[in-house]
This record gives sequence, structure tokens and C-alpha cells, in this order.
Amino acid sequence: MSVTLNDEPLLNVSGLTKYYGGRIGCQDVVFQLWPGEVLAIVGESGSGKTTLLNCLSTRLPPSTGVIEYRMRDGSMRNLYQLSEAERRFLMRTDWGFVHQHAADGLRMTVSAGANVGERLMAVGDRHYGKIRATAADWLGRVEISEDRIDDDPRSFSGGMRQRLQIARNLVTKPRLVFMDEPTGGLDVSVQARLLDLLRQLVADMGLAVIIVTHDLAVARLLSHRIMVMKDGLVIESGLTDQVLDDPREPYTQLLVSSILQV
Amino acid sequence: MSVETTSNLEQEYNFAYLDEQTKRMIRRAILKAIAIPGYQVPFASREMPMPYGWGTGGVQVTAAILGKADCLKMIDQGSDDTTNAVSLRGFFEKTAGVATTFKTQEASIIQTRHRIPETPLREDQIIVFQVPIPEPLRFLEPRETETRKMHALEDYGLMHVKLYEDIAKNGRIATTYAYPVKVAGRYLMDPSPTPKFDNPKIDRMAALQLYGAGREKRIYAVPPYTGVRSLDFEDHPFEIQSFDKPCGLCGAEGVYLDEVILDDEGGRLFVCSDTDHCEERRAAGHTGPMAADPAASQLSKGSSDAEDTVQ
Ligand SMILES: Nc1ncnc2c1ncn2[C@@H]1O[C@H](COP(=O)(O)OP(=O)(O)O)[C@@H](O)[C@H]1O
Ligand SMILES: [Mg+2]
Repeated sequence: MSVTLNDEPLLNVSGLTKYYGGRIGCQDVVFQLWPGEVLAIVGESGSGKTTLLNCLSTRLPPSTGVIEYRMRDGSMRNLYQLSEAERRFLMRTDWGFVHQHAADGLRMTVSAGANVGERLMAVGDRHYGKIRATAADWLGRVEISEDRIDDDPRSFSGGMRQRLQIARNLVTKPRLVFMDEPTGGLDVSVQARLLDLLRQLVADMGLAVIIVTHDLAVARLLSHRIMVMKDGLVIESGLTDQVLDDPREPYTQLLVSSILQV
Repeated sequence: MSVETTSNLEQEYNFAYLDEQTKRMIRRAILKAIAIPGYQVPFASREMPMPYGWGTGGVQVTAAILGKADCLKMIDQGSDDTTNAVSLRGFFEKTAGVATTFKTQEASIIQTRHRIPETPLREDQIIVFQVPIPEPLRFLEPRETETRKMHALEDYGLMHVKLYEDIAKNGRIATTYAYPVKVAGRYLMDPSPTPKFDNPKIDRMAALQLYGAGREKRIYAVPPYTGVRSLDFEDHPFEIQSFDKPCGLCGAEGVYLDEVILDDEGGRLFVCSDTDHCEERRAAGHTGPMAADPAASQLSKGSSDAEDTVQ
């Protein structure tokens, strides 16, 4: 997998630490993410992956550290110094967040069409016909039959819900999407199909993605780069193929050889 | 309310039931509401000697603004003689001793549950609405912390999600009452529970509009001549209900009509929901296509009988 790197990072993270009381969530995380780059965060359960993802996506204020993001106008902004209005706008236009449990990221009681259309309406689209046409188009792109547009996601299978959640996030053409175990909890065959779809969308749209997964196969299939976490620390990072084919750290070697049940 | 309680009220309670300190607190909330059109101001709603569903929010607002010289009109479902209107009017007659009327033109304060009178209101009048649920976003977002943030950030996309759903399910915006509006280009407001037919009346209305929600402890306001826009889509513009017949009794067109069942054989009549408007028109000699029908004349007689009893 190749990626054309801009010379300016999209995300610049330094000294990121989150304590839960005395307990460490994640500690001293430093990295940069470039436009169009897919970064996987892997590690055992409890290693701090979700904590890190939530801090990065402004869902959980870190204890210390700085996260800067390059806005669409090119300016680099400290995420935790944005106003609430700016932050919300960012989250629903330039960013996406795909939850492991689709119910956390969807409105379960409104139709699939409205789920996809919500972001468009939030940023001011006021033409019903156009919103609906865009929603229909996106349902098609995530392989949901257009005749399900007026059904609510309660009647959808797990895989369909996850694809709907993805469509709902991508409709505003974001530049950065956060994903927390997006294939977790799905049957293996459903997972494979979803991964295929994700890989294709990410490539087509040139998305930057930060994906948390405990499944190294997912990381290998989707990501350019990988960060291995243990006890809240990033213990190894590098190009995905290099890290997975030739891990330096003993812990990573254990992970790769699947001796650790993650 | 039993007769005994009301006679107690007369003796023991302050003018219009509430004590002066409570009224001052409510007036401060009202002033703030007027200063920020459409914004829901929290207030320390008091227990009133009637159940919440009876409009305790409206009653407290009316009590706070009422003066001895005021003339009060009470409307419920467009009518002055339904149980709710009769009781609340009785409440103020006994606790404040103010004059009351059925006539829109004579009233200085009009308290209403559903309708806005067909006769345009004037600058020297105030209309007080009894509101059950003040938060238009409530059904979409149950968390109060979140809806407050949405108002603060003018983040109202969710309201259009509801209208989108309406069109997707019904082919058109099927919301017919409590139809959401934006006040002075800023705050989203629920004019609940009036029919959307009345939404154009609250746009640039000459009279001050005050909305009181007792159980929810909120007051909001629309100052005179404030722009109020009903939400819609470019390709599904806001429309009011239209009726293909005139009022059966007075022949009025372009007014809100209620359907009345006349007999067991499916006989129906469409009549003005605003009974005062209908009576004024009939008094002025207007007649509708059904005015001569015996069942219909019974109906119109029924309401004027009630009027006689009250006055
Ligand atoms: N809300 C919380 N309160 C206290 N401790 C937490 C909380 N969330 C996570 N932790 C702790 O932080 C550490 C990292 O957890 P988490 O980020 O959920 O790991 P992962 O996603 O890799 O499984 C764990 O020790 C966990 O117990
Ligand atoms: Mg996790």
C-alpha cells in the first residue's frame, strides 16, 4: 500500500497523557498523522487504545499534552482551544467517528435516509429532494439497497448497521475518520465484506483514518502505519508491514505470533 | 376546585392568588424572556390549586401581569365555554375580581390553550399561552444538557431531521400543531400546542406573546412585531391547513374549522373553532350554508346559552 505524503501533517500530537485518577489511561503519546494516511492502534485489551482515540477526537480531555489539527483553511489549531461551536462543526464536517456498536453512532429511531442526511441538514442543507438523493447515493455506496431508505436501523443486520454508520459519517466528505473496533462483534464473513468496503472507500476518498483494533489482520489490511500500545505507552511504531513482519519489541513479537490472546 | 376552596381563596390569598414576591420573580423571568425572544427562561414555578395539565404555567404568567383594570378572556380549543376555560376564568374572577369577557376585542389579556383568535390582536393586548412541553427538541434529544447546548450554539439540524422524517413517511410535512418556528432569526421555539394554522398569526403580531409552562418551569416570549418563521424545506415550503368549505354557521372562509358530528347518521358540520368570531359574524348578519339546519341551530344556541350563564 502506498500513500502520497504531503509535507504538512494533518495531526500533530505531543506529550499526550490521560490519567483516570491515579490510573494511567495513556501516557506521553507522540506522533504525527499525514493527510490520507491510515494509522492503526493495536494492543491488548486495557492497553489504552480507546482512551487515546477519545482524547484525539476531543471526546475526552487529556490530562496533559497538545493535539494540533490542520483546519481546512490550512491553519494549525490546538483542538482543546477550539470553541464548542468550532469543535462541533469540525466533528460533523471534517471528521467522522465510527463506533464499535452502531447503536452508539446511529439514531436508531429515524430512517436510514435521515441518518445519512442529518449531517447535511446540520450544516444547512434545506432541499429535501437533494438531501434524499445524496442519502440514496450513499446507501448505494455502502451496499445498502435503496429501497431500505425509509426503514430505521432497528430492522438492519449488524453488518448493515455498521455500513449505515459509515455512510452517515462520510456524507460530508471528511478528511479524518476515527474508528474504534469497527469490525468487532461481527461474524467473520461479514467482517471481511466490511473491511473490503472500508478499504475501497478510504482509498477512493483519500481519507486519513485512525483505527483502533485488537485484530492485527484488520491492521494489516487497512493501515499504512501502526502503533503498538502496552500499559498506556506506545512501545513500537512504524510502517505496518515492517512492524508486523519484523517486530522489534518482544511484546509485539508475542502479539504477532498470536501467543497473546488479545 | 370545590366551592369551599375558592371562597377560602377570596379571603386568604393575595390579588390573583400569588403573593407579590412570587409575582415579581415571574415578572423578572418575563422581562428576560422578552429581552431574548424565543429563549426559554427557567422560573420557580409554584404549586397552583389545579393540576398541571390545566395550564398552571399560563395561569402564573397571567397572575403576574394582571392588574385590577384588566379584562380577561380565557380560551380552550378556541372556545370560552369548555371546562378548562370556565374553571380558569372562574379562578381569576374569584381571586382577582377582574372583568372577564368572551369578546376578543374587549379583552386586554387573553389566555389560551390551543387557538389564537381569528380577529387580529392589537398592541394594547397580551396573549398568554399555556404550554405543556416548551422544548421543541425534546422528542429528538431527551437530554436537557444537550438541548440547552443546541440552543446556545444555534445547532438546530436535528429539527429538520424530524421534518425530513415527516416527508419521508407521509409525502409531506405532516406536523399539524406544535409546528416548530424560529424566532427573530435566532431561537427555535415550540408554539405548542396551537395548530400550525395559527403560525402566521404569531409572525409580527402586534400583541405581546407570553408562553408559560408550569410543570417544565419555563417562560418564553415573542415581543410585538417580531419575525417568526416556520421551519420547512425549499422544496416543501410551510403551508397552513386549508378547508374546502366555509363555516357552516357563519360562512367564514380562511378560518380554522372544527368538525362537529351532528347525529347518528353521519351528519357533520364544519364550524369556526373560534366561537367568539363565529358569534360576532352571525350577530352581524352573516350566515353559513348549514345555519338553518335544526341540529346546527341547536349547536349555535348551545354556546350562546353558556355565554348567558357566565355573564
Ligand atoms: N472511564 C475510566 N475510568 C477509569 N479507568 C479507565 C476508564 N476507561 C479506561 N480506564 C482504564 O484505562 C486503561 C486503558 O483502557 P482503554 O483505553 O479502554 O483500553 P483499550 O481500549 O486498549 O482496551 C485501562 O487500565 C482501563 O481500566
Ligand atoms: Mg477499547
